[in-house]
Amino acid sequence: MKKRPRLYTALTTVAPKEIQLLERRLFLKRSLSLGALALLTGCDVTDVDAVHRTLWAMSKWNDRAQGWLFNPHKLAPVYPDSAITKPFPFNAFYDEDEVPMVDSGKYKLTLGGLIRDKKPWTLAQLYALPQVSQITRHVCVEGWSAIGKWSGVPFRYFLERVGADLSAKYVGFKCLDDYYTSIDMATALHPQTQLTFKYADQILPAKYGFPMKLRIPTKLGFKNPKHIAEIYVTNVYPGGYWEDIGYNWFSGL
Amino acid sequence: MDTDIDDPPRLPSVVIHPLVVRVCHWINAFAILIMILSGWRIYNASALFPFRFPSSITLGGWLGGALQWHFAAMWLLVANGIVYVLYGVVSGHYRGSFFPVSPRALVNEISNVLRGQMSHRLGVYNAIQKLTYLVVIVLGIVLVLSGLCIWKPVQFQGLAALMGGYEGARLLHFFAMAGVVGFIVVHLTLVVLVPSTLLPMFTGRAPRDSTSPEGGP
Repeated sequence: MKKRPRLYTALTTVAPKEIQLLERRLFLKRSLSLGALALLTGCDVTDVDAVHRTLWAMSKWNDRAQGWLFNPHKLAPVYPDSAITKPFPFNAFYDEDEVPMVDSGKYKLTLGGLIRDKKPWTLAQLYALPQVSQITRHVCVEGWSAIGKWSGVPFRYFLERVGADLSAKYVGFKCLDDYYTSIDMATALHPQTQLTFKYADQILPAKYGFPMKLRIPTKLGFKNPKHIAEIYVTNVYPGGYWEDIGYNWFSGL
Repeated sequence: MDTDIDDPPRLPSVVIHPLVVRVCHWINAFAILIMILSGWRIYNASALFPFRFPSSITLGGWLGGALQWHFAAMWLLVANGIVYVLYGVVSGHYRGSFFPVSPRALVNEISNVLRGQMSHRLGVYNAIQKLTYLVVIVLGIVLVLSGLCIWKPVQFQGLAALMGGYEGARLLHFFAMAGVVGFIVVHLTLVVLVPSTLLPMFTGRAPRDSTSPEGGP
């Protein structure tokens, strides 16, 4: 999760749908408007649109290809304590001093969509769930990677506990920092996918996503939402903050 | 007996590059160009070394755009590469063109080059050319495999482990790219120095004289 220009984030709060379409066009224009356009000399605007449609279609095709490649039983490599990256990098679409401060007393996790028991969860209730730890590699879409230790409840356990429809296609997340993303059900049920409450055995600090993040060692970093406020299960493609402007949706590892 | 068969008229040209090789070459050139230019943009998002590629010579406009180009063109690169390598092996094209590369021939050729005497016959590769083409084919395979390990370091963790894991695969991917870019620079320089090599890469044909040892420059 890296910075997306401020202008866009400010505008999305005004008229989300129209602006998103507009900003997508702007980003797509930029994706072609530079020196390497020499590749496509003689192209008019229609051709440029055709190239963009082709690239988006290929990204959708790559979602499917990755779904086939994804082995739900294959575990991400785990590492010893000595391999942990210190300090673990902070990364978001905003600066560290803009990290949302969440009041743990007032916080409630809300549930939506195809879930039987939509009763909201307090932090105390969440912390009472059985927890496991993992030391895995976080891989950023930018290319860098870092190893960290995360603890929390296996997400599959949580989904089963609240009676989520496990045959649905997607699990979506809405976050307190206005971030949003979604994942495929197969990855949600992967044994290492974890609703995380702790980093390095300490309550998750604000900069790493307090009160909770979803840790998915089989997906790129931006698919690991922080400061989760709502989890919902759906069959309607929910997209995501970065996915809607061009990052590949599946982004599996 | 028909005299035309016994003594056919001398052909003005001969095929030195089979059609499959030519088609694969140009598809590959297009795919490689997209992969390299978008790859530079992706590199810039998190540079491995203390330099970045100038944005103006990259493709994609931003990281997301570059990734879209990279992950679209990879299918073209790999599909075309598989056709090319299968053809090269099955048809005997590699055996005929790239093998054998004897150390002695290589030494001879290097000493020729040092004395400013490059041998070049269209369609016939000298020892340096044979070795170079073999190396760049291997680099291409390394690029695809290391790319696979960067894209899917969990699914292909066994292969990634051979490269030193995810970060090792990144380094290997970078250096293999640098090797291919070096090859392209030399390749294009030689085309400029010996322009008669360019047309046959489209037509496949070269004047008969130019392919015989006597006719070479």
